[in-house]
Amino acid sequence: MSRFGEIIESSSTVFTAQCYHLYEGPPLGALVWAGTGPRTIGVVCNITTGTLDPGRRIVPRGAQEESEEEVYQSHPQLARLLATHIQAVIVGHMEGEAVRQYLPPAPPRIHAFVYACTPEETAAFTHHFDFLRLVTDAKDIAADEVLAACLRSAAACHPDPADFLLRAGKALALELTDDVPRLNAILRRVRP
Amino acid sequence: MTQPDMAGRYLGVVVGGSISQGIEVKLEGDASVEEVKVGAPVTIHGERHRFFGLVTDVALEATDPHVKSAPPNGEDSFITRVMAGTAAYGTAQVQPHLVLPLVAGLSGSPQPAKAVPAFFSRVHYASPADVALVFGEEDDRHFAIGSPLDLEAKVCLDLAMYVARSNGIFGKSGTGKSFLARLLLVGLLQKNLASALVFDMASEYGWQGTSERGSGYVKGLKQLFPSRVSIFTLDPDHAQRRQAPVDYTVQIGYEHVEPEDIGLLRQTLNLSDAAADAANPLQRHFGQAWLRSFLRLKGPDIRSLADDLNLNQQALAALHRRLERLERYAFLVDSPAGDPVAAILQSLARGDHVVLEFGKHKDDLTAYMLVANLLSRRIHQRYVQQKEAALGDRAREPRPLVIVIEEAHKFLDPQVASQTIFGTIAREMRKYNVTLLVVDQRPSGIDTEVMSQVGTRIALGLDDDRDVDAVLAGVRGGRELRSALARLEPQQQALVFGHAVPMPIVVKVREYGDATYAELGRRGRRRASEGKQGAEDDLFG
Repeated sequence: MSRFGEIIESSSTVFTAQCYHLYEGPPLGALVWAGTGPRTIGVVCNITTGTLDPGRRIVPRGAQEESEEEVYQSHPQLARLLATHIQAVIVGHMEGEAVRQYLPPAPPRIHAFVYACTPEETAAFTHHFDFLRLVTDAKDIAADEVLAACLRSAAACHPDPADFLLRAGKALALELTDDVPRLNAILRRVRP
Repeated sequence: MTQPDMAGRYLGVVVGGSISQGIEVKLEGDASVEEVKVGAPVTIHGERHRFFGLVTDVALEATDPHVKSAPPNGEDSFITRVMAGTAAYGTAQVQPHLVLPLVAGLSGSPQPAKAVPAFFSRVHYASPADVALVFGEEDDRHFAIGSPLDLEAKVCLDLAMYVARSNGIFGKSGTGKSFLARLLLVGLLQKNLASALVFDMASEYGWQGTSERGSGYVKGLKQLFPSRVSIFTLDPDHAQRRQAPVDYTVQIGYEHVEPEDIGLLRQTLNLSDAAADAANPLQRHFGQAWLRSFLRLKGPDIRSLADDLNLNQQALAALHRRLERLERYAFLVDSPAGDPVAAILQSLARGDHVVLEFGKHKDDLTAYMLVANLLSRRIHQRYVQQKEAALGDRAREPRPLVIVIEEAHKFLDPQVASQTIFGTIAREMRKYNVTLLVVDQRPSGIDTEVMSQVGTRIALGLDDDRDVDAVLAGVRGGRELRSALARLEPQQQALVFGHAVPMPIVVKVREYGDATYAELGRRGRRRASEGKQGAEDDLFG
């Protein structure tokens, strides 16, 4: 999965993309990018799936079925009526190889294609930790969980995951000097 | 125990402080808070200056009170490692002592620090080059006495400055005071800067001394510099038993004992003030041989003498009783075989160190104080005469003399310091080219005025708070040095501060033993053969 959707809502701090295929988006905490010129980098902070038609309530359909799979097989229209959206908190942008861990001058445009970052891109972007604060400061999201998920998945992209987590933890500790319980909660979610 | 070599290691950054309280340094990098020791020398690279200072305190801090109230589970090494140095970190308090402009490079000499380094200046453990820059390198006047904590570098004393004033070595029993004093005497021989007269109570300096390691013996000064050390003794039998060569057996005439000497023995002879003061009228009455004449008297004669001299009978009788103890001393005779003062002066004038061993009198403070005071007084008199006769002509002045006394608080306690020759020598500094090296375990017993004249103080371990206060009295930054002094290891570590070092420093005292004899003895031989002393046949020829 590289390109998985398009932006349908965009702002300076977050963007929302609709996935081309139901349930086929990157996981929570994954790094994604969108746009041309400067590539806006986001961390998946929320995943929702729901009806595309606000007028039609979703009703249960599986009372006579044996499994969830059979529900979708018996009602092939569901794939058209439902959609998966991912919301990403913007954590920086990349211009060519240059990594900038602050907000881009303009948000990505509507219909910009959205891609999941490769392990190489993830490792390159997470070489520094200035982006942590953009996540910890984000409102209306489960920031601690998103950050923990992000660090766990990024660790797997680095040659020495334990060392990466230690460095990330220390950087995070400097961001959260006055809130050690919160720091502790995040660290407990990322420890190797 | 192997010690990590901390040379040049990065410690952290300046995050606060003041010139009076010291600089606060947040520890960073890979230096563990456990490796940063009180007393360690550090350099601070400011914007325009380099500062040299000492670590005076180390503390653990937390950014958030929750770190203390809910610390991470000790078994969770990940969280512990993350928190270490971030939410929970170490700080060191550094007292800056010296400063050097950065643009001066390595050529300038450090000046006393009157400013503080800028915020976020980087702090490193001193390197051997830094230590050499501050303390000098071994040369004609610099003598290495040891190395800083956890650093292979030489801390040198400026011995020319050192002998310019009276000095002290203080430490409780067993910390290595004699060991250090012997090392400094080797330094004086090596650099040929002064002669020393050592009143060697326990026969530790001359031929051989007991090893600091508890067993065995180490070579004394005479074994390292055979031709430049004269051993005098009060007890030739003792020297013979030890098979230690003796250059001169000291005998002292009764007529050389002065009332002043008796005044000094007030405490050890348990004399009342009235009894001790009676010595003066006795001398006026009997003349030079007053002590001998007085001791010959019997009961009734003493009473009638008391009446004649208008003295208290009981006091005079008590004085007589107590002074009878002096008759036990074999070295105290009616007509001495020679003049020990002349012999000592002759050796000193040659540039020799003179070690006077007390032999069997080693535990007899009365003998020690009597002899030390009596000889020192007479030698000092000669020095005063010689110095005055020289009329400012340096070439004719007597060679600088360092008198080494142990149990110095007995000579220099506030009650007697004004009366003894040692109080006089300490106060007049090197006016007459004579200074003291006091070796003592109870510095609190020393008169504060005398203490204030002590130029360079070397403090080994001290337990008693009063002793610590006394050693640090009148020293700038004494409060900060206190923590370093309180944490010296029981042996081989010393805090050195004062005239002969540019800044206070904690040193691990240099080895003195089989491995270093050649090094310690070498310089003296070369210098002796080059100098006016003529052909020498020292041990390491």
